[in-house]
Amino acid sequence: MARGIKVFIRVLTLSFLVYTAPLSASEKYTASECFEGVSRATLKFNRGLDNAIFKPIAKGYRTLPVPIRVGTSNAVGNLRSLLTLSNNLLQGDFRGAGNTAGRFAINTTVGILGLFDPAAKMGLEKRGREDLGQTLGVWGLGTGCYFVLPVLGPTTARDAVGLFGNTLIDPVYQITHNNEVMDRSYSEHNYYYYKGTDAVDFRSKNIETIESLENNSIDFYASVKSVYLQNRIKKISNTLDTDSKSQDDSDWEEIDNQ
Amino acid sequence: MKRALSFAGIVLLILFFPQNKGFSYSTDPKQFISEIIDDAKIILNNKNDSKKIRAKKLSDIALKTVDIKGLSYYTLGSKRKELSEDELKKYERIFKDYFIKSFTSRLIDYSDPKIDVLSSEEVNAKYTIVKTVLLGTDKKPEVKIDWRVYTKNPDNPLIRDLLIEGLSLARTQKEEFASILSSNNNDINALFKKLEEFINN
Repeated sequence: MARGIKVFIRVLTLSFLVYTAPLSASEKYTASECFEGVSRATLKFNRGLDNAIFKPIAKGYRTLPVPIRVGTSNAVGNLRSLLTLSNNLLQGDFRGAGNTAGRFAINTTVGILGLFDPAAKMGLEKRGREDLGQTLGVWGLGTGCYFVLPVLGPTTARDAVGLFGNTLIDPVYQITHNNEVMDRSYSEHNYYYYKGTDAVDFRSKNIETIESLENNSIDFYASVKSVYLQNRIKKISNTLDTDSKSQDDSDWEEIDNQ
Repeated sequence: MKRALSFAGIVLLILFFPQNKGFSYSTDPKQFISEIIDDAKIILNNKNDSKKIRAKKLSDIALKTVDIKGLSYYTLGSKRKELSEDELKKYERIFKDYFIKSFTSRLIDYSDPKIDVLSSEEVNAKYTIVKTVLLGTDKKPEVKIDWRVYTKNPDNPLIRDLLIEGLSLARTQKEEFASILSSNNNDINALFKKLEEFINN
């Protein structure tokens, strides 16, 4: 446990190293490249891997009966909510934490280990997922530079720190990796089965979306980067708002006045 | 004779206009989007038409309802200020073809899309956001789509952006173009080449 705390402190220290000053509305949607050539090659490699392995698995998963897919998605989502809960608390979002904890308690018991979602029917609606990268963003850390990780995909310096830090505050990771306090039946493998299932579930829900992006992009790398960064901004601000404040209209205004 | 001609004219009006709404969409942004969706649904569900004809009909809708010229300038960013008049004209022409191809190819494979128009919100005098949702199926989750409608001229609303789950298509396209320019020494001909490749592909 003490080792975990030490590593967490290191992650926080590292995260402050990637700190940048708050950005303007137009700047916040962009990020400089860490090493574009390598990232482009990694994305190419990831696409090859996706076409050879992940996409066929996702397509196969889609042929399963709907109740099985919905139940699987609910169950992995329920486990994943524990990481969201940690981050709700770190962000000081106690209302969100209450919602996440309530959903987890109800769905794990009444919902039979999360297979069903009775909490939603009781008024505890599903909210977005939270991770440490988002928490660091809420705390005011800049994105840092952008790059692509093998297998895991697009990220930024801040989100990569968060990715590593997630393991330290994710109860599922801690339970499956800490043999001192838990039974051996919760082996490390279970964590990777759960993460793998979550990834396949996500991929199966986005087959057409990713195909459309691939087919309609003239620079797929730039499209992925744009979509990734916009999505992270949206998640950090916890909003789907489309008001004038969330849009940078300076270019449009210039065009209108021409 | 005059009477007969007037009668024939009225009959033609009744027969023609309901099928050809393209003459004018509603000026109310929510109704405007609703009518566009209804027209697109009719086109996509008409399997008697070939794919080419359906694509043509969809592109006719886009030409009437999307601010393509504005989008072309927006996606080019500040580079547009550096172009000569001829280059700008060439860009506008290529962009239009690129946009139409991209727009129709995204839609053409949809059959019977179920889209609910939920609400509209006037952001300011220039913009209204119309909120819609593409209903989920047993394979795909529900998708929220917000239409950013430019209403500076209230008699002629135009679509300027689509926000899919909060992600702006116009911004994505702008960043794509910027990436191509920056990796080609800011040469506009490199962008022309890429766009033409996409159109002819």
